[in-house]
Amino acid sequence: MAAEILAESVYYQYSQAKDLALKDINLRIQKGEFVAIIGPNGSGKSTLAKLFNGLFIPAKGSVRVDGLDTRDRENIWKIRQKAGMVFQNPDNQIVATVVEEDVAFGPENLGVPPEEIKKRVYEALKIVELTDFDQKAPHLLSGGQKQRVAIAGVIAMKPDYIILDEPTAMLDPVGRREVINTVKRLNREEGKTIVLITHFMEEAVQADRVIVMNRGRVVMEGTPREIFSRVEELKEIGLDVPQVTELAHRLKGRGLEVRGDILTIDEMVECLCPLL
Amino acid sequence: MPIVVKNLTHIYMPGTPFQSVALQDVNWTIEDGEFWGLIGHTGSGKSTLIQHLNGLLKPTSGEVIIDGVNINERGVNLREIRQKVGLVFQYPEHQLFEETVEKDVAFGPKNMDLPEEEIGRRVREALELVGLNYSEIKDRSPFELSGGQMRRVAIAGVLAMKPKVLILDEPTVGLDPRGRDEILREIVRLRERQNITVILVSHSMEDIAKLVDKIAVMHRGRMVDSGTPREIFRNYEGLSSIGLDIPQITHLMLRLKHQGKDVSTEVLTVEEAEAEILRAARRKGRA
Repeated sequence: MAAEILAESVYYQYSQAKDLALKDINLRIQKGEFVAIIGPNGSGKSTLAKLFNGLFIPAKGSVRVDGLDTRDRENIWKIRQKAGMVFQNPDNQIVATVVEEDVAFGPENLGVPPEEIKKRVYEALKIVELTDFDQKAPHLLSGGQKQRVAIAGVIAMKPDYIILDEPTAMLDPVGRREVINTVKRLNREEGKTIVLITHFMEEAVQADRVIVMNRGRVVMEGTPREIFSRVEELKEIGLDVPQVTELAHRLKGRGLEVRGDILTIDEMVECLCPLL
Repeated sequence: MPIVVKNLTHIYMPGTPFQSVALQDVNWTIEDGEFWGLIGHTGSGKSTLIQHLNGLLKPTSGEVIIDGVNINERGVNLREIRQKVGLVFQYPEHQLFEETVEKDVAFGPKNMDLPEEEIGRRVREALELVGLNYSEIKDRSPFELSGGQMRRVAIAGVLAMKPKVLILDEPTVGLDPRGRDEILREIVRLRERQNITVILVSHSMEDIAKLVDKIAVMHRGRMVDSGTPREIFRNYEGLSSIGLDIPQITHLMLRLKHQGKDVSTEVLTVEEAEAEILRAARRKGRA
């Protein structure tokens, strides 16, 4: 059985819409990968995410999670347990009045025995670094903490894939950092496969692979370095590049000996020092 | 219409076990036509502060003086103040409610008892100010627009009241880069055309650095610093100790300086960095 999410010639259309939301999507997300999906509003990113765990079913083509076809209704619960989702607004995802109970909600619905639930909740809170908050009321937490509770709720279901749809869009810079560090840890230490949808390029830079969507299609795919060195194309479709990447690109254009695929301040410092 | 905030303190739920000091002895003067950025960690008091500027909150002690009048004195017409000081909240599109864009934008001026023609004129003007085509959009439902368009309609609703001061609380949060750039461009244009005072609350230091004349920094209910962007972002250690960033590009220049390179650190945009690095490279004969 293949350990991957596989989308083959996927098309999707919303019932009232005249245009297709997704056109001929072919993607493979391998187990253990950290993939970022970027693209302007309305490019189909969120729609694609919802196809990955069977919230939406393709109009044409297929999506398979570990070989399980999302079109087959019998597979749906297994698929949702394998691929957990975290959404943008933390307030819409929290269901209980105590953090511990909120995290337990998922496994309770899976019929996991109480002892096992306890263990899972503890482990999940440990991974998101909120064990001291287990008895707190979620509404008293910061945005970043709430979002980490939502992530713990997903982890407690023991999914292999975690799909996060703009999890940091509503957070301040500190909250954003907390969530991204958690996501990276989930990938590197817990071996979870991550699909991160984001508008923040500094976040996408940290992934193994970046997928760029525009108007319902995948228009670019590659490592962050490959993708972000294509400054003009990204700007053309209304996306950003990190400030240092843009600076490198401009300096190179002015004839300075600078690499065009700089992603971080450290790289830029290293590259510029011999020249100044 | 200058705004003067004097010794402003605000305590939520005073005298109860939940008492918390949200603002402490804040002093701030906003002159006509200035463009301010207000920055601070979540919970630092930014939102509480701006809600005092149009009388939505009353000070526990201290004063807010607009055009020479203490707005919290008896007999002051707060409705008038709120028309002069327009406040655009976070996610203002959540406050859209009418069936058509035109009706939604007209809601504010209607409450000002203006003549019909004047309301019509203002609605048209406000929609065009935020970069929307009046005749194309006026009859549409605000709820079938894109996120960026909805937000601009909501901002138009405030502009239609012709405020002298416009306060925007994180106007670009949740938008994609293009939507963000569009909104910011409209704000700049608006200022050029109407010469209004603007206060922008934002977590994006890159946006703040690009746009504003002056920055006020809030921390734990106090205004801990204010000055030009160059003055404020010079203090990298101070800002990061209260959980704030500086623009990535300014950070780069500081790092180069620390490496002993002869570059100015007073750089706020990519364009400025480009010029400064080229200058330094030329001095070394590398460009």
